[in-house]
Amino acid sequence: MLTAGAAIAIVALLIGIALRLATASAPTWQQFGPGFLTGTSWDVVNGVYGALPFIVGTIASSLLALLVAVPIGVFSAIFLAELAPGWLAIPLTFLVELLAAIPSVVVGLWGVFVLSPFLRDTVEAWFVDHLGFIPIFAGPAFGIGLFSAAVVLAIMILPTIVSIAREVIIAVPHSQREAMLALGATRAETIGRAVLPLARSGIIGAVILGLGRALGETMAVTMVIGNKDAVPTRLFDQAQTIASKIATTFNEAQVGIQVDSLIALGLTLLGITLGLNVIARLLVRRTAGQAAGLVTG
Amino acid sequence: MAVDTAPMPPADQPAAPTPPGDPDAWGTRPTQTPVAIRVPPRADNPGRRDDAARDEPIAPSRGRLDIEGLDASYGSFRALRDIDLGIRPRAVTAIIGPSGCGKSTFLRTLNRMHELVPGATVKGSIRLDDVDIYGPEVDPVRLRRVIGMVFQRPNPFPTMSIYDNVAAGLLLTGRRPRAALDEVVEHSLRRAALWDEVKGKLHQNGTSLSGGQQQRLCIARALAVGPEVVLMDEPASALDPVATLRIEELIAELKETYTIVIVTHNMQQAARVSDRTAFFTMGDDRAGYVVEVDDTSRIFTNPRERLTEDYVSGRFG
Amino acid sequence: MTALAGRAPAADGGIASLLVRSSSDRRRTWFDRFYRGLAGVAAVLCVVPLIAIVVFVAIKGAGGLNLDLLTKPTRALGLGGGAAAAILGSLQMVPLAALIGTPVGVLAGLYTVEFGGRRSANVIRFAADVLVGIPSILVGIFAFTLFVLPFHQFNALAGSLALAIIIIPVVMRTTEESLRLVPTSLREASLALGVPVWRTALSVVLRTGLSGVLGGVMLAFARAAGETAPLIFTALGNQLINVGNLGRPMDALPLFIFVNARQPYAAQNSQAWGAALLLLLFVLVVNVLVRGRSLRHRAR
Repeated sequence: MLTAGAAIAIVALLIGIALRLATASAPTWQQFGPGFLTGTSWDVVNGVYGALPFIVGTIASSLLALLVAVPIGVFSAIFLAELAPGWLAIPLTFLVELLAAIPSVVVGLWGVFVLSPFLRDTVEAWFVDHLGFIPIFAGPAFGIGLFSAAVVLAIMILPTIVSIAREVIIAVPHSQREAMLALGATRAETIGRAVLPLARSGIIGAVILGLGRALGETMAVTMVIGNKDAVPTRLFDQAQTIASKIATTFNEAQVGIQVDSLIALGLTLLGITLGLNVIARLLVRRTAGQAAGLVTG
Repeated sequence: MAVDTAPMPPADQPAAPTPPGDPDAWGTRPTQTPVAIRVPPRADNPGRRDDAARDEPIAPSRGRLDIEGLDASYGSFRALRDIDLGIRPRAVTAIIGPSGCGKSTFLRTLNRMHELVPGATVKGSIRLDDVDIYGPEVDPVRLRRVIGMVFQRPNPFPTMSIYDNVAAGLLLTGRRPRAALDEVVEHSLRRAALWDEVKGKLHQNGTSLSGGQQQRLCIARALAVGPEVVLMDEPASALDPVATLRIEELIAELKETYTIVIVTHNMQQAARVSDRTAFFTMGDDRAGYVVEVDDTSRIFTNPRERLTEDYVSGRFG
Repeated sequence: MTALAGRAPAADGGIASLLVRSSSDRRRTWFDRFYRGLAGVAAVLCVVPLIAIVVFVAIKGAGGLNLDLLTKPTRALGLGGGAAAAILGSLQMVPLAALIGTPVGVLAGLYTVEFGGRRSANVIRFAADVLVGIPSILVGIFAFTLFVLPFHQFNALAGSLALAIIIIPVVMRTTEESLRLVPTSLREASLALGVPVWRTALSVVLRTGLSGVLGGVMLAFARAAGETAPLIFTALGNQLINVGNLGRPMDALPLFIFVNARQPYAAQNSQAWGAALLLLLFVLVVNVLVRGRSLRHRAR
């Protein structure tokens, strides 16, 4: 049947993409082996390709983004799901979800010309002035760099975290809240002791999905991270992620080991995001099942 | 009025052993000081239906609820109209009536859970031992420790063990020494007739018990914070007959210490378990009101109102 | 002993004192207010970026939005010009991608809901979810190896195909969600009347869920319109206006924005803002229209 064909096509696409990237990057893996992942130098002239600066840049920017987005996201979800009255919750939820619709390149444009200078003059300046003796916070801070990339990423993954966490919190049965309230708990205690424990694995799933999105985010990060092929050592260093490296150098790359290595970078990214995605989906599904089991049981 | 001269501890004193009235007293009930009280009939409203309770000559006064002129609404929809009712302390009062007539709503006005629904309002007065529970100085959070509630479907906390479930309410007011907690947990589980069945597996998850056991666990949880009044919203309707019987036996024991108000749609249960019964019904305006309240034996054998008689004898329409 | 308004303290000093706040209660109340306030602040913080981005794009974009932008092709080195090539390119590639991707996605969604067994439906749904999560730049590489490399030619068709690959799983999931909402009773009624399964699926289920399916398609369309990464190594971008030649590189609005944002010339940057305003307007309008409708339903 026609529809079955379409359905198979989707599975075929997934497998196809993974396979294609693997085979196209094979020469690089053959030449460098796992050392590709630990090499610190990406030297086209001398034919040395190492992915470590980009792996570090990717993971660092994403984890930093999580640091910002998770507290804000989870608390927002709590507000939208538990505390806000309906007339406020519905439009506010809508607006948060709308943020996700903004194209990455537009966020990047805004990030370059508006956010980075702002961060440079406020947050980054504060850090350098007051905490600059700690090496990781040392200046100079140009706005463009790892920190700004992390903030931009946080903005982009907030809607993901908020909407999933919100749904998971709403799914917690009302009877649990009532039980806690009837014991003489405040709203905060009810949320903390009765609601969140039940929503916990779903929220973790939301966070991991947000992490997955951050890892794969390309355009906004490329425009804001500084595009320096070195392992970042300071918070305000310029850096490069896997996605931004590919985005900036692929077109000029020569067919051959250079392109193959860039594809190998892509495969690495695919592996990381795929793995995280799978884990996250399982967690979110488990929470929904757990909540459902409560209501009937 | 006779006055008890026991000294009042300052309100912020940490949990010392329990003089009456210490807000942070834990589960063991403060010692009862039976006080002879005679409440003079209210001069401003003669002919109230429930004068019988008020003319009680001698009874311990703690845990008495007086409801006057209570209206309860959800936004513009009035669910309860002009409820006058007296709940006797150390007794079981059953609330019966057809579905939808506001029995659960009534229960929730007693522990101020009704107002948690957005737009819900309450008019009239509810007094617990002469204290207006809707008064500005009363903390609803505190009130719910004094007036506890057990729900229709057992709702133990699934992420907590049996022990933690019972202790949940106590832990809200801060950490306590382990030994003291152990004592309260055991005491509450005994009171709920569950101790012998779970004493070897306190660390197991609360949901690993049967339905009837879970409900008794919820009762123990409610008792652990030391309430005066226990509200029960159809506590046995989700349980099998054997479990139901055990709950009813439990209620008969509990009424010696607590004031119990139980909503039930099961008339036989009301007849078995309660000392007094109030019959609610729904008026033409869809608001619930009290038709009659009296000793249970009277309600079921010789009610005063025609509506009551129709209901208890199964006549309708 | 706190004097309760209008009443003497209860006779044995009991209940009244149990109901009044103690010091530990004050702490709990403070914590409760703080916690709730924090949650409110967080929610507001979520909305700030949206507003900031929209406001700045509107202001700076208005400055860059002029007739030139819409009509003139790209000129390099800050010599003016406009985004005509990019606009026309997007107007060709994105609808083409939707044309290719939508049927596949809808049919696949239909399969999962109507025809598939439990097992296969789970597998396909899982594959679609994973596909949605794949970074779009990797989809671009995939399309490059298949549609660009063999011909040694960057071309617009490859770009469309890359966008189509992105559209397919998104549309499949939204279709599935919409069709799932169709009540089973409708299906059963139709089948009981003797209508064959495939006909039921098309005429009854699909038609009932059509508005939801179409909404999903429009959202996917808007998403594809904003995608840059998949186009970088497929369509490549083009300074010349390319209409109709799918075998050659073609520009697109997001590519235009990306390139012009990184130029050191203010005139170029201004054009980037103008193009961003166009793109953002389009994307937001589609999203508000589609999601706003379900919002009104939710509010009811």
